[in-house]
Amino acid sequence: MSRLKLFLPLLAFVALAGLLYRGLALDPTALPSARLGSALPNFNLTELHSEELLSPSQMPDGPYLLNVWATWCYSCRVEHAFLRDLSDRGVAIIGLNYKDDRAAAQQWLADLGDPYGLTLFDPQGTLGLDLGVYGAPETYVIDQQGAVAYRHVGIVDEQVWERTLSRYWGEP
Amino acid sequence: MLWRGWSRGIRLLLGTCVVVLLGLPETHAVIETYQFSSAELEQRYRMLSQELRCPKCQNQNIADSNAPIARDLRAELARQLERGANDEEILAFMVERYGEFVRYRPEVNDQTLVLWIGPWLLLLLGAGIVLRSVRRSGEGPQGDANAITAARGALRKRLHEQETE
Repeated sequence: MSRLKLFLPLLAFVALAGLLYRGLALDPTALPSARLGSALPNFNLTELHSEELLSPSQMPDGPYLLNVWATWCYSCRVEHAFLRDLSDRGVAIIGLNYKDDRAAAQQWLADLGDPYGLTLFDPQGTLGLDLGVYGAPETYVIDQQGAVAYRHVGIVDEQVWERTLSRYWGEP
Repeated sequence: MLWRGWSRGIRLLLGTCVVVLLGLPETHAVIETYQFSSAELEQRYRMLSQELRCPKCQNQNIADSNAPIARDLRAELARQLERGANDEEILAFMVERYGEFVRYRPEVNDQTLVLWIGPWLLLLLGAGIVLRSVRRSGEGPQGDANAITAARGALRKRLHEQETE
């Protein structure tokens, strides 16, 4: 018994090493949305182009991506081409133009192409705040029930789509 | 003579530096200020903005951070304080949107329990180990002292023998 006790430090070391090794693969800044599993918060925002007043009831049936973007956000420009690609593949994307200028945002989409079925214009960032957005770009998956199923912070690219987002679209 | 000219030149240069530096605009980051209707609100604003964590720059509170989201949250905090919301309502509002993460003192629940009691458990464990090892070696020093006295005695005896030879 007392001999086995001698192995305790070794066991403790192995356990700690395992824990730390697992930690290497985790992203300490990853922060799941506090809205997971609940419906979109209520909003009354205008459409970027038509200026028509929109509320959650006018959102399409899921699944769709809700992409938070702005013209001041450099990374949004980077991911834009891939969003257009996704849109061409038939993935529904709603834009949330976050704390931006209407004319600048319209120009941006005219120049770079518009992957969004609808774009909510949120100049004060009110829906952003209610949704828990803390920077752009962020992309939310809204599922068939209209609930927030996933949040991705940062650029969406082929890898992010393949590994995480596409699973909400089932088998293609 | 030459030296006097030098020293005057240097003095002039230093003086110019001081004047220029004093004249420079302040360059440190300015965080906006809010006017509150009462000192009590201002006090609560200060307390809450230090307790709320910035979701973007994760090791700063919103009072310290210059991130746009921290500015937005400060504005929201000031707005809600002026509207008459109490601390619990404001914290609940933030947690609903940004999760328990935004609080530096999160509520005790099954997810945060380990944060709250973990350090105390570790402290207890450490204290237990120290206590045990102290108690165990209780007889040790006395035994060592005896051994040293004995060894000293033996040495002295041998020295004495050598000297008398």
